[in-house]
Amino acid sequence: MTALLEMRAITKTFPGVKALDTVNLTVREGEIHALVGENGAGKSTLMKVLSGVYPAGTYEGEIHYAGQLAQFTDIADSEKRGVIIIHQELALVPQLSIAENLFLGNERARAGIINWRETNRRTEELLKKVGLSDPPSAKVDKLGVGKQQLVEIAKALSKEVRLLILDEPTAALSESDSQALLDLMLELKEQGVTQIIISHKLNEVRRVADTVTVIRDGSTVSTMDARANPITEDAIVRDMVGRSMADRYPERQRRAGDRLMEVRNWNVFHPLHSDRQVIHDVNLTVRAGEVVGIAGLMGAGRTELAMSIFGRSWGQKITGSVEMKGREVDVSTVPRAIDAGLAYVTEDRKSLGLVLDEPIQTNITMANLAGVSQGGILNDKAETRVAEDYRRQLNIRTPGVFQKVVNLSGGNQQKVVLSKWLFAGPEVLILDEPTRGIDVGAKFEIYGIINELSAQGKGVLMISSEMPELLGMCDRIYVMNEGAFVGELTAGEASQERIMSLIVTD
Amino acid sequence: MALAEQRDEGMAPESRGVMDYLVHNMREYGLLVALILVMVFFQIVTDGTLLRPVNVTNLLLQNSYIVIMALGMLIVIVSGNIDLSVGSVMGFIGALAAVMIVEWGAPTLVTAVACLVAGGIIGGMQGYWIAYWKIPSFIVTLAGMLVFRGASLWLLEGQSLGPFPREFQLIANGFVPDIFPAAWGAGLAELLGVRNVNVLALATGLIAAGLILWMETKSRAQNRAYGMEQEPYSFFLARVGITCLALIFILYKLSTFRGLPNVLITMGVLTIIYAFFTARTTTGRRIYALGGNEKAAKLSGIRTERLTFLAFVNMGVLAAAAGMVFAARLNSATPKAGFALELDVIAAVFIGGASMSGGVGKIVGAVVGAFLMGVLNNGMSIMGIGIDYQQVIKGLVLLAAVIFDVYNKSRQA
Ligand SMILES: Nc1ncnc2c1ncn2[C@@H]1O[C@H](COP(=O)(O)OP(=O)(O)OP(=O)(O)O)[C@@H](O)[C@H]1O
Ligand SMILES: [Mg+2]
Repeated sequence: MTALLEMRAITKTFPGVKALDTVNLTVREGEIHALVGENGAGKSTLMKVLSGVYPAGTYEGEIHYAGQLAQFTDIADSEKRGVIIIHQELALVPQLSIAENLFLGNERARAGIINWRETNRRTEELLKKVGLSDPPSAKVDKLGVGKQQLVEIAKALSKEVRLLILDEPTAALSESDSQALLDLMLELKEQGVTQIIISHKLNEVRRVADTVTVIRDGSTVSTMDARANPITEDAIVRDMVGRSMADRYPERQRRAGDRLMEVRNWNVFHPLHSDRQVIHDVNLTVRAGEVVGIAGLMGAGRTELAMSIFGRSWGQKITGSVEMKGREVDVSTVPRAIDAGLAYVTEDRKSLGLVLDEPIQTNITMANLAGVSQGGILNDKAETRVAEDYRRQLNIRTPGVFQKVVNLSGGNQQKVVLSKWLFAGPEVLILDEPTRGIDVGAKFEIYGIINELSAQGKGVLMISSEMPELLGMCDRIYVMNEGAFVGELTAGEASQERIMSLIVTD
Repeated sequence: MALAEQRDEGMAPESRGVMDYLVHNMREYGLLVALILVMVFFQIVTDGTLLRPVNVTNLLLQNSYIVIMALGMLIVIVSGNIDLSVGSVMGFIGALAAVMIVEWGAPTLVTAVACLVAGGIIGGMQGYWIAYWKIPSFIVTLAGMLVFRGASLWLLEGQSLGPFPREFQLIANGFVPDIFPAAWGAGLAELLGVRNVNVLALATGLIAAGLILWMETKSRAQNRAYGMEQEPYSFFLARVGITCLALIFILYKLSTFRGLPNVLITMGVLTIIYAFFTARTTTGRRIYALGGNEKAAKLSGIRTERLTFLAFVNMGVLAAAAGMVFAARLNSATPKAGFALELDVIAAVFIGGASMSGGVGKIVGAVVGAFLMGVLNNGMSIMGIGIDYQQVIKGLVLLAAVIFDVYNKSRQA
């Protein structure tokens, strides 16, 4: 096989940060090439250089694509040559239909008048290719993230795609949606589409990749060929973090204390459809020092449950009670929920967790300004000190806490959200997909922080779609399906099979 | 990821730092430089009329109500909203003051308090729909603009109403009496070769410049201690030096005329209070968070509705203050007062670097933006340029400022 793409000595500098330092990447025609590395290693940046998001001239080095020197001036330019990128953040217009999204900017039209019949016919074809059966007229915001991701791929296929780049396509997907997506990737490979996938889920990388390139601190560390002999996850991890990691989950003393939080008979209705009950009679307990998991499929209502408890941030007609340390508390608004000792780390950090244009330090203190002020007047020094502390503790990779959050890599943004809530000093920390898009090393660090909280006698309620993570971390796991708890397993009883069977038999 | 320092062979780190810094902070220097250039330009083409003591005094008086409203508008815009009603509200309050004083014979102090309260209520009424009913501020305040324009016509029955008693006029036209012995002023005047010198004004200029120097030095030292991005020393000197000298210069000019206008004190004190409020208080910080990402702010326990509501109450109070200054300056309330003034105020805030989408903007920027517009107005009037051209030029300046912003942002990416 010949090389379709060769990126030579790519260097990309942002003010104060050298994101890429003479990176080389060779991708062969027709293969699936995985790009792995820690958060902030430079993976997304490299792909943005490749796809013209950062146009020629804003980086150093050369890109050879399909036998020619490529100097893309923008995304449209690279798309014309068949290089199509699906970004880490989805880029669909939620109010538009699938068909409208698929042909956005590329409409099937004559003289500016859209040919709907042709559009719908082509849309159906493309949807079939990616295995979706929704009608072309369905609004995108009515689809789950998994389906949205497939629509993104269908959109890529609507153009003449030769090299498809997927930046963490499965980060927000459930297990089964992820599998479907990986199958689709393999199918596309059969059809001759070369693909680059960025992922932190190494089992997926092993499943689909022909070649794996590891990037660390903006440089290529190694390139491994999977066709010769299979690559082990350990080998990848070793190159990623620079040392081998024996355990994926740090050790913890497990000892549950008194009841800390108790939620009783919790019922919630949909915010727009007042007759649709979303959460049914949920009862849950978190003890001091306990890490409790909530397992379930995407759409089981886990996020809705957490957000409705945290200051009624989701839903309407909410009934039920919340007790902290045996006393009933008022959690009807976010400030009251915080006062009661709750904190909620959202799964959607960009739109619900961060003020992207503000610096790290401002984001970290946002939920607890009282902690860095006297009489309503901010103490700059205290604020910087706090932010610096968390930067060190959580190992947030950044030139300084004055850096705007928007400039951080996805994983480091997640650490900022986590810092914010740690600084709020909660009794019970609700974590919603806390390690989404986070590399193995950083995951280990976050698990360490969870353990430390539990050692201090705090409670942790953890929602996660990664079952191994729940099994590795939790003392107890609730299984949720269609808005209700359908089972409860202790750490000893729990296994992937038992959780799945509880969901299925419900 | 590697930090830049680690691989800066070849290029002198110092010069690189200066360039980086300039690119990053182009906006702030740009505004200051623009103001200076515009002043120098008009000073030359008007043969020195622009900076005559009497004109400097005039310039301050003419722009005081814009500046006062720009303070409130900045907060409204940072919170992610807009207020189109301020011109009308200002006119309405002027009319209210005239009716109370001239027709009903109410005392000045009572009128002033009543007007401020009325402004707050008007702001609150609009803010209520915006904050708690989530009705876009553009719509609510557009309605408010029409309603209060009509209400002032109704109040004044289409006529101008005046004149005001002397005490009320002092709000806009009064000067702070010199507290220093007259002999000092006379002595200084002789020394400097001018007709008279108001020692208080001069002293205020010197003290204010001293304070700025002190505070800037302190905050620079603090930034260094915390490893924050450092302004190159040369820039620091130039910026602080020019600011201080300009301040002393302006106040010296004032001192050779009639001294410190009352509104200058009002304006100065309000600017300091609001600058402190936005930069250093928790409430100020929360407003930026609200404008930057409302959902995230709300989920962080910030009472976003209440803040939005208060931003409009505050805007109403400041519009009322501006309305009184305006009426006092004209010495009458007219149905046309404040007409289209909201556009000048909003323009000042955007020229000052605020972002349409909220979360970004500084008080000092808005004030400088207001004066930039003011100097343009004043300078062009002195030159005898027609109102038609004036509008065109002001419009282009606004557009240029915003384009400059956007261009800068894209260059940093
Ligand atoms: N616009 C920018 N301005 C400044 N720094 C940036 C910018 N974009 C990225 N960076 C920095 O470049 C480095 C690489 O970022 P990149 O997003 O490529 O990481 P990544 O490998 O994709 O990480 P993740 O797995 O967390 O998504 C990070 O240190 C990041 O902070
Ligand atoms: Mg990335």
